[in-house]
Formats: sequence, C-alpha cells, structure tokens
Amino acid sequence: MTELSKIRNFSIIAHIDHGKSTLADRLIQHTGGLTEREMSEQVLDNMDIERERGITIKAQTVRLDYTAKDGETYELNLMDTPGHVDFAYEVSRSLAACEGALLVVDAAQGVEAQTLANVYQSIEHDHEIVPVINKIDLPAAEPDKVRAEIEDIVGIPADNAVLTSAKSGIGIEEVLEAIVTRIPPPGGDRDAPLKALLVDSWYDPYLGVVILIRVIDGVLKKGMNIRFMQQGSQHLVDRVGCMKPKITQLPELGPGEIGFITAQIKEVADTAVGDTITTVKGGADKALPGFKEVQSVVFCGLFPVDAADFEKLRESIGRLRLNDASFTFEMETSAALGFGFRCGFLGLLHLEIIQERLTREYDLDLITTAPSVVYRMTMTDGSVQYLHNPADYPDPVHIDHMEEPWIKATIYTPDEYLGSILKLCQDRRGIQTELTYVGGRAQVGYELPLNEVVFDFYDRLKSISRGYASFDYEQIGLREGDLVKMNILVNNEPVDALAMIVHRGEAEARGRQLCERLKDLIPRHLFKIPIQAAIGAKVIARETISAMRKDVTAKCYGGDISRKKKLLEKQKKGKAKMREYGNVSIPQEAFIAALRMGEE
Amino acid sequence: MAAALLADMAHEAALMPGRTLGSIFFGGGTPSLMPPTLVARLIDAATTHWTPAADIEITLEANPSSVEAARFADLSLAGVNRVSLGLQSLDNAALQFLGRAHDVTEALAALDTAQEQFDRVSFDLIYALPGQTLDAWQAELDRALGFGTGHLSLYQLTIEQGTRFASDVRRGEFAPMDDDLAAEFFACTQTNTEKAGLPAYETSNHARPGQESRHNLTYWRYGDYAGVGPGAHGRRRAMATERHKKPENFLSAVARNGHGLRLENALSLSEQAMEALLMGLRLREGVRLDVMASRFGFAPDALVDCNAVSRLQGHGLIIRNGPHLALSEAGRPLLDAILADIVTIEPVAV
Ligand SMILES: Nc1nc2c(ncn2[C@@H]2O[C@H](COP(=O)(O)OP(=O)(O)OP(=O)(O)O)[C@@H](O)[C@H]2O)c(=O)[nH]1
Ligand SMILES: [Mg+2]
Repeated sequence: MTELSKIRNFSIIAHIDHGKSTLADRLIQHTGGLTEREMSEQVLDNMDIERERGITIKAQTVRLDYTAKDGETYELNLMDTPGHVDFAYEVSRSLAACEGALLVVDAAQGVEAQTLANVYQSIEHDHEIVPVINKIDLPAAEPDKVRAEIEDIVGIPADNAVLTSAKSGIGIEEVLEAIVTRIPPPGGDRDAPLKALLVDSWYDPYLGVVILIRVIDGVLKKGMNIRFMQQGSQHLVDRVGCMKPKITQLPELGPGEIGFITAQIKEVADTAVGDTITTVKGGADKALPGFKEVQSVVFCGLFPVDAADFEKLRESIGRLRLNDASFTFEMETSAALGFGFRCGFLGLLHLEIIQERLTREYDLDLITTAPSVVYRMTMTDGSVQYLHNPADYPDPVHIDHMEEPWIKATIYTPDEYLGSILKLCQDRRGIQTELTYVGGRAQVGYELPLNEVVFDFYDRLKSISRGYASFDYEQIGLREGDLVKMNILVNNEPVDALAMIVHRGEAEARGRQLCERLKDLIPRHLFKIPIQAAIGAKVIARETISAMRKDVTAKCYGGDISRKKKLLEKQKKGKAKMREYGNVSIPQEAFIAALRMGEE
Repeated sequence: MAAALLADMAHEAALMPGRTLGSIFFGGGTPSLMPPTLVARLIDAATTHWTPAADIEITLEANPSSVEAARFADLSLAGVNRVSLGLQSLDNAALQFLGRAHDVTEALAALDTAQEQFDRVSFDLIYALPGQTLDAWQAELDRALGFGTGHLSLYQLTIEQGTRFASDVRRGEFAPMDDDLAAEFFACTQTNTEKAGLPAYETSNHARPGQESRHNLTYWRYGDYAGVGPGAHGRRRAMATERHKKPENFLSAVARNGHGLRLENALSLSEQAMEALLMGLRLREGVRLDVMASRFGFAPDALVDCNAVSRLQGHGLIIRNGPHLALSEAGRPLLDAILADIVTIEPVAV
C-alpha cells in the first residue's frame, strides 16, 4: 500500500473531443505505463465502437507511478471520462472517487456546454480543479482568450492553467507536477472498518465480473469475505489489483487507493454502482451516500428483421447488458413486427450505440421503432398510467390529461448562429429562460419538451451551427401538454412501428413530413398506395405512391429459364424480409430512414 | 466439330427415344456461317433420330449481313424453312449505339433475300432506347410492319448487369428510359401490331395467326427440348441440361464422354412448376392451372397464392377463368412483379 500523502486521485473532464483521452495517453507514456510499441492513440478507448467513432463511452481508470521533481514517487490514479452528455453518469461516478480534476479545455473551441456541466459537478465534490488548456499547437489556438473564458464563465482562477498539446506532447511534465503539487492527497483511516465505494463494474472475458473500487477506510485483501451493504450479498475476494493500464495484481488496496477486485460474481447486475463494500465481520455500520440512479430518458422498440432471430436478440441484449447496466429492456410484441424488446436509453447516442453494437457484435438485423419518451397519463377515473410506447396509447376518451417530460437545455454557441438556434428552439415549443453574451459567444437557456429533442434536435443544432454549438440538458419534470397519437396508415392499414405521440399543434407538419418520406422510401407496387397520417379517424396528411407500370423481362427463351427462376426465388426471399402492411411490402430501411427525421 | 455435334445429338436422342420432332432451331452465335452442308447433315440426323412432324419448323438465326445473306439459298436447300434476322433497328445511329456491325441498307437487302428464299421470315427490333421519342418508334414500327413478314420480335432495351450498357449507365453516359415512358412505348407497340394483324402472342413476340414460332412456343409451354452443341440449354423431362460453352471445352468433353454436357440438374417438381408458370404467363394464352398442377402432382390451387391472384384480378391485372390464368393487357408489361406476388415457392403436393 501507498502512504496517503503519496496518492493523488483525479478525473480528466472536458467537453467532447477536447483531448482528454489523448492527454491520458501522454501521461501513461510519460510515466512509463506502456512502451512506445504498446501505445496506440487514445489507448484507453478500447471498445471497437469507441475507436471507430473516436469518442470515449466508458470511463477508464489507470494507475501511474510518477517520480516527481521533489524526488518522491507518487501513485496517481487517473480516470479518463467521456465528454458526451449521454454518458454524464460515467463522469459523476468517477468524480465521486477523486479529490481533484483536470479540466481540459480546447484552446481553439474554448469553454463549451459539457465543460460547464462537468466542472460544476466537480466543484460540488469540493475538488481541486486544475485547468488545462489543450491543443495549443493548433493555428486557431487562443490560450489567453480561453484562460479569460475559464475565469469569466466557469468562475475559477486560470492564471496557473497548464498549457498543453496532448498531441505533440507539450506541457505533460507540467501537468504531472500540477497534479502532485495542487491536488490534495486523499484522507482515510487504515485501522477503521473497511469502507469502499463501488465505482463501476464490467464483465471481462478472462476475469469475469470486475469491480472498480475506491477504498475510503480500512484495507482490502485477497481472501477477505466482503459484503455489499446495499445489495446485502456476500462474496469472497479472489483478486486485488489495478490497471497500469495492464492488469497488475496487488497484495492489497489501502485507504485512498483506487483499484479493482474480482470476487466470483456471475453478473454485472449483481453489483450496484454506488454500493458500499465492507467486511462481513466487523464491518462499517454506515454506508456511503451512493449515486443517484440513472434513468432511461429515451425508449424505442428493437425487433429482429427475421422473426426467427428473436431468441438470438434476447441472448445478445442480455449479454450486452452484462457490460452496460445503463440501458433497460423488456419484451414487447407488435402486430406487424412480431416479438422484440422495448429498450430504454440515456439518450440518442446511447440508443444508436447499443443498436450498432447489437448489429455488429452480434450480427443481428434490427428494426428500430420511433424513439419516444415516457408520458404520464391521468385517466378520467383518477388513476395514473405511464406510457412508454405509442402502441399502448389507450382510447383517448379515457384520458383526462397527459404530461410529458421537459428539460432545461443550455446551448453554447458563437454569435453568428444564434438566430437560427433561437428559431429551432422556438419551433420545438421552447421557452427561453436565459440569454447571455460572453465575448462573441452566447449562452442560451431554453425549457423544451424532451419529446421535441429526442428526434433530431441535436443533429439539427449541429448542422445549423456547423458543429460549433454545444448542448447540455437536465430534466426538470413533467408538464401538461396537448398530446395526441398520430398513426401512419399505409394502404389504409396502420403501421404500428411508425405511430408516435406528438403535440397537436405539430401533428400536421410532422405527419406531412413522414408521409413525404415514406413516399420516397416505399417502392412502387402493382397498385397505387395511399399513405396517410391520421389522428383517430381524422386524416391530417396524405401522399400517394402511383402504381408501377412496367416490370417485365424482354427476352426469355429456353436458355434463360434457370436464371429467371433463380431471380424469381431471390425476389421472393427479398419480399419475405420486408414487412407487410395492407399488402404493401415495406423494406426495413424505410422504417429506419423514415424515423430519422429532419435530415434534408 | 461436325462429328462432335452429331455425337452430342445422338447422346440426347438415346435418352429421349421415340419422340416426335416438332421443330429445329439453329441459334446462338452465328449459325448462318455454318457450312450449309453441315446444316443439312444435322437436319438429317435429327429427323432420323426422331420422327419429324409433317410441318416441321426449321429456323435459323442470322445477322442481316451480305455475307450471311449470300448463303440463304443454300441453307434453304439444306432444309431450313424459317429465318430469324437480328435487324435490331431501322436507324443507323441506333445501330451504332447498339454496337451492330451492319447498317440499315445492308440489313434491308438481307431481309429481301431472306423473304425470297424462305417461306417464313421474322426479324427483331430493339426499342425504348435512351432518348427515343414515341413518334420515332411509331414510325419505325410502321415501316417494319410494312415489310410484310409474318413474325416480329420487338424487345425493349434492358440494361443487364455486367454489360457494356450497365457500365455506361453507371458512368452517366446515358440514362435508361424511365419505366413509365417505357410502359407507353409498350402500349403503343401492342396497338400498332394488333392493327397490322400481328398481335402479340408473347411478351415481345408478334405474329400473324399461325405464324407463331413453334419452336419458341415449346419453351413457353414448357415442353421438352434437346439442347445440342456449345452452350445449348435443354429440358429433358425433369432434367435441366447445359452444354460446355467454349467450343474447345465442348470438343474435349465430347471426345472424353461422348457428349458435351457440362451440367445435368434434376429439377424438383416445385421448380418445374415454377418454371412452367413463369414461362407460360409470358404467353397471351396464359396457362391452365389444373393441367399444370396435375402434371407436376400438386393440388389444383397450390401453384399460385389465390389471395394475391384475386387481389390482382381486382386491380385488373390478371384474368382468371376457372382453371385458366392469363395476364390482362395492363398486366402483361408487369409480369415480373406479378410473378413475385403470386407464385408459391413450395406448393402443397396432393
Ligand atoms: N491538434 C491537436 N489535436 C488534439 C490534441 N489533443 C487531442 N487532439 C485531437 O482531438 C481529437 C479528440 O481527442 P480525444 O482525446 O479523443 O478527445 P476526448 O476529449 O477524449 O473525447 P471524448 O472522450 O469523446 O469526449 C482527436 O482527433 C485528437 O487527435 C492536441 O493537443 N492538438
Ligand atoms: Mg476520450
């Protein structure tokens, strides 16, 4: 174990893409955790999807041994966190295990929405914050301007901010020295009963369920019988160690240290993050406060394209869930899509990532239904129902009123895009609450129905601001709304997967848009196909796909039969993969594309 | 080659003995460049192996070039009684676009010779070319009908994958005609040929009554045909046969095995039913489902999806009269899509 005064625990926090993971690379490299040959870019982003998209999804912890200028060797526990708002819960967990944070700010982009959201969380934990102005190698870098922004907008001193280029390795030593000299060491009592925070857990194919912990008091050793205070379960510790970032076994973890244990636990679901770990005998009597529970905000149905794949989907979702406890799922049946799952996600990126992982890692073809939020319906008999799925929408005569979740959005943007952003928020039923200017940039506060955000708000925002605007939100509760269910009918038959709950005032525009899209996405058939959007029996938008007029092979003689037959068989198979509504075959791409609204 | 062809034919004859021979078709490549004496020998052999029908039809496919036209007299003497000329267009620019070696003048001279030498003459034209106007096609068709042949094959241009056309389209050199306009070209073709007394009896084939190609009717009515020679396909009862395509491979196969077969594929009853249906519905006369079902051992209603059929009947695309099924005027240009709707892949057996 390491003496408390020689331990430093810190998170790296920032807005998305400001260079956290790249800075972590340099810190690992500088302290010799990995050799040149073992190094790769953003080495901690080890999931395929992280590497491909160049973003961090899961927080990662590494221990570095650093011999400082004062001649002492320190144990630095570094936690690299994701910057995207969907994964903010990863940041909050990491922060709870640390005494300080490196606040990375891109020298060209400056302070952005997630910079603020994350630093405020860190301040709430009473952390020592070390501002790091990164990417100073960029021609557009304006470190002085950014320094002023940190002081004016974030409100913390930045005169001693460290200037770095994580990419070209400038300022790395200075960062390490700042960690050692400015971030306080942890406290803790080695002789007190064991008290450790369960920070995270995941499934490792070799080690099984791995638990990341921060020891507060006491000592954790191999062979100990431990108890999860909240869960109530007991386990035998069979491994104790840390990531350097290679797995390194240790004899023990003492107070103030961060590391992992394994304890022959079968499923990640058996471990609750935020739980307190203590010994079975002579344990602590009071648990740590734990974490706020993460709640799904966006829901959608996932169905296998081929109904025969349902079991495979069930298994795959189960296995994926082993590694990501942040999404929820329950079985769902749809009249036309068959058996599938209704899943809950932390946001749209999260949805997209889970869907992509299922498709790629588990080789499944999926149909995703329209994303939806959770509505609260008060029925005429006074009872309350929660609606996760437009398909469950009851007969409206039984609904007294409906409420929908609202969020408070903070948007941060260069001046020039402000006009279009205000219009976007206005169009989405937004209520402006704040508008402040700070040197060429504006910070806008809006209250918005979450429903309006789950579709394409983020994409629209990015596209109208050429990627410069940033966006963060928090939920602010339910508000009553004039909400209706809009059905899409193809050849007079409702397509359940396309039904959605919309605000009455917007139903027509959205219905029209969806009908127009479907018109392009559904191939022509032998007959003409009406496509309608309707609320109840009232049609609010309509398009027609005209009938096909020619489809015949010109030449077909004795030598062509075999080929023609194969073609016909292939055609039949293709049709079998489509979904039939009112004798119309809808290709699965049509569902996905139709729901991806807003992209012109 | 002559000996190999004769051996190949003998092989088929031994497997299909005692049948009546309704037609012979020399096609594929340039059969009109075969020595007329060889043509005569092959006809002789065929009519010896099998019993020739009294009105046996013997067709030869030819390019409308002066070289080939020069052999027509001899070919006629050899026994050929019908010729099918690959004219393709009556417009020089179109011929160039289609990559043909002949020009219109030469082609018409060849047509003249053919009409002098043979009782029955057919030629083909390709239409619905990129940029072609309906008026231009109508004029070309009128002219074609004016030559007085008893048979015409009129094909819409199809851009098939792997052809030069397909890569030209990909490179944006021309755009294929859009389907709606092509449908109008098709309709206009139907009306004009009908008026001239050569109605369509198949998707792309038109004839004066009685002048239909008996040989091709065998394909569409799903009869047996022996495929002899390089690249030839055949249907020997339930067996789909295919010969080696490259002449050198064909020759060495015959030397080795006594026949040029590359492939013999036993078709299941459901495959045969499907083939019979997709060929039969090309004909204006359509098919008899009861006859077909009993031929392949299926329940009378099993070959097609009856719901789909009655739905398409409702849309005016199919005519169904008891066991008789055919496409309507509006349905005929939509055959492929209709087949995909109505054909059952695994019909229920009786
Ligand atoms: N020019 C320059 N580029 C940098 C620097 N640091 C990081 N980058 C680049 O910025 C991009 C984002 O870097 P990451 O380290 O993945 O950023 P991140 O903050 O970890 O991103 P998330 O984890 O997704 O929030 C990558 O393309 C890096 O190569 C720097 O100092 N200079
Ligand atoms: Mg990262």
